[in-house]
Amino acid sequence: MRVFVGIDLGSTTTKAVLLDGEGQIVGRGITNSRSNYEVACAVARDEALTSARFNLLARAIREIQGPAADAVHVFESRLLRAFRLELYLDELSALRTRILELAAGAAARSPASLPGALREILDEMEKAAPALFLQAEERRSDFFRDLAGAAFLTAAERMSGARGIRFEELVWPFDRAILDIETELRPMDFQQVLSRAAQRIGGEASADSRAKLSAVVAQMGREPVDEVSFVGTGYGRQTLPFPKAAVRSEILCHGRGAHRLFPGTRTVLDIGGQDTKAIQVDERGVVTSFQMNDRCAAGCGRYLGYIADELNLGLHELGPLALKSSNPARINSTCTVFAGAELRERLGLGEDREDILAGLHRAIMLRAMSLLARSGGVSEEFTFTGGVCKNPMACRVLRELVDENYAPGMTINIHPDSIFMGALGAALFALEDARAGHPQLLAISAPNREAKTERESLACEECA
Amino acid sequence: MTTSASKDASQVRQKKMIGDHFDRLATAKEDGRKVVYTFVPGNLTELINAFGMLPVLPEINALQSGMRGRSGGYIGEAERAGHSEDVCSYVKCDVGMLRSGNIGPTGKPLPKPDLLLLSYTGCFTFMKWFEILQQEYRCPVVMLHVPYQAEGRITEEMRDYVVEQLTSEVIPAMARVTGKQLDPAALEEKMAVSARAEDALVRVWESARRRPSPIDGYFGGVYYIGPIFSAFRGTTDAVLYYEELAAEVEERARRGEGPLTPDGPMGPERYRLVVEGPPNWTNFNEFWRMFSRERAVVVASTYTRVGGLYDLGFRHSAADPLRSLADYCLGCYTNRSLPSRVDLLEKYIRDYQADGFLINSVKSCNSFSAGQLLMLRELEKRTGVPGGFIESDLVDPRYFGRANVENRLQSYLQMLESRRSARDVS
Repeated sequence: MRVFVGIDLGSTTTKAVLLDGEGQIVGRGITNSRSNYEVACAVARDEALTSARFNLLARAIREIQGPAADAVHVFESRLLRAFRLELYLDELSALRTRILELAAGAAARSPASLPGALREILDEMEKAAPALFLQAEERRSDFFRDLAGAAFLTAAERMSGARGIRFEELVWPFDRAILDIETELRPMDFQQVLSRAAQRIGGEASADSRAKLSAVVAQMGREPVDEVSFVGTGYGRQTLPFPKAAVRSEILCHGRGAHRLFPGTRTVLDIGGQDTKAIQVDERGVVTSFQMNDRCAAGCGRYLGYIADELNLGLHELGPLALKSSNPARINSTCTVFAGAELRERLGLGEDREDILAGLHRAIMLRAMSLLARSGGVSEEFTFTGGVCKNPMACRVLRELVDENYAPGMTINIHPDSIFMGALGAALFALEDARAGHPQLLAISAPNREAKTERESLACEECA
Repeated sequence: MTTSASKDASQVRQKKMIGDHFDRLATAKEDGRKVVYTFVPGNLTELINAFGMLPVLPEINALQSGMRGRSGGYIGEAERAGHSEDVCSYVKCDVGMLRSGNIGPTGKPLPKPDLLLLSYTGCFTFMKWFEILQQEYRCPVVMLHVPYQAEGRITEEMRDYVVEQLTSEVIPAMARVTGKQLDPAALEEKMAVSARAEDALVRVWESARRRPSPIDGYFGGVYYIGPIFSAFRGTTDAVLYYEELAAEVEERARRGEGPLTPDGPMGPERYRLVVEGPPNWTNFNEFWRMFSRERAVVVASTYTRVGGLYDLGFRHSAADPLRSLADYCLGCYTNRSLPSRVDLLEKYIRDYQADGFLINSVKSCNSFSAGQLLMLRELEKRTGVPGGFIESDLVDPRYFGRANVENRLQSYLQMLESRRSARDVS
């Protein structure tokens, strides 16, 4: 399989898209951007490669005919979950090693029972893992940090009460270790992980089905993937050791990606974690004008994250709650800090959360409208992308404002996978570069934890 | 601009000229010379020199403080004295500098003004600035009110109005301060000398019509305008400098060389740009490199014309010095209406065959940032050449967001590239 790779390194998440030689999407991956951008890129790319391989695998499984075929088909949906479980267990094992190393290093100033308690927490996490992946309907996040963090904290809380160890004593090794684990590059043997996953779910099936499954798995796991060309974009692009020729502006990539999915697009609004972009494109998807926020990230995705934290809600709960408002509050401040203060004040005065949230959504979309106006307005068709387009209230307010300020009933496109728009645009540029005869490749070097530790210890000496 | 080993002769000459000027200022009081503080747009340097006075230009001091990394501290000093965060950062930098001992860019103290010559040419802040300086220095102010070119042309009445002020207000004020009368012959001679330097400067600007352009008409250009914007109009030193510079530039053009950049000669020219708005001074070289490393050369800029639009044909003239000075003040870039500014930018885009034009909008400048997006849209409509928009500030280092500026600039240049490729394909 020959693939063309686009990576969009955002402030919150890093996305990768793989295209085949015909420009069709064959794989996508996403991970949290963590403190090491290189690792984030590598992980997102591996995720995209995994999804590409699984797409091939799913097709191969569906093509299996004859006796026991139905039993094998059932595996298709479970195999990916089992594969993720194996990956999770591998990461958990690395996390265990690191946590226990850290605890041993701090033995002199920790309670004697700490290592034992940590082991128990980790055992518990390991035991609960299969249910998390194979039985749960849908996980809120697939990022190791989120899954392992939630499981660890829950177990630690229980353990703290039961063992009389302070909660903080139990949690600090995790907080330190997770940083190391998620910034480490661990090579993944796809074939080997896939075989383990197949074995885990194949247990109860007939010998014939198991044989068919393992034949497909063996064949697809060996399918070589040839990365032909790569382009990177996004917030972190300045700090990445991408070859200069392989870097494209996120403005161009978002415009290109949106136009690819909705070829009628002439205006794109992208609201990401910390920036908002208003982009005009021509009939070929080439950017003709753009504006973006300057120095201040008020009104971007992080603003909503902050408001969600203030209300002790999940980010995904904000929009649906705001939709219930019957009397939206008038909120003028888009400064995140002032808005937080206004939120608390209004709650204190007894206003409904729903109404306040509706007002906050309108405030941020008004800010986006100003950028759109500065970029040249909104023209048919209008495509809304970025993490914030997943928020239904943001979409509703946007529709109202476009109706009020431009033409009522204008087409507003929102794609369920719009978070991948920048990476898709980057992959299209990668394909174009390869066709033009100047492909670039992504080479990522493994970070050196020892070097970092040495710097840290030097810093400590200086402080001392 | 270049390393000390490879400085051009004109650069060495300029450095000495400016150093000597600040030396003269440092000893002005002992030498019995009077000092005038005034502004770049609409400056009356020939008249000041004809009275034997020395000019100080607070804007130039402010931008040099910005380039030397001092402006942040000076601005802080001015804010502590009660000036708001939104005030023009040139003003605050200047106020902070005077409150910190008024040490000039060469490290020598600047003398207090004997006269504040407020030539008002479109920037309202200038009036407030000198009100503040008047309180600080307790010295006389004379104001030259230059009528705005709202209709895009200079009328005879406007000219008469300025000449009348020169005759009845400005010249008598200078005579009072110096105790001398104006020597008309000296003024005429200086006006004639000015025109020679201006001829040579126009040769420098117009060299950028060539491909590749031998100069950068913005980042390099701000060095070229140093003498003619400050104290040297009407001096033989200026003539020698500009003629030497023009010869060097023409030699570069003859050899087919591109401009010099902070990293030496620029690689093959990739983008030709026209720029509106002053550069950021606190991160000047960093800002320049963002262009030069992408091989983007600025072929013309309006900022380098703020001290005189000589390439539109104006020359100081000995024939009727006061009317000529009036025309100079009235014709300043800052005194022009939005439609005239659009016309000028359009002319530059066409004459210099620019691939794009870029506006660097200044956060703390209400006078000139207003309307810039309208200018951008109008220019795009008229020329079909895409415009870009970045924002920074003159000398407040807090308003320069490197990543943001670079992100926008690179996006803009890549946009030019992809439009070019798309055009080539179709």
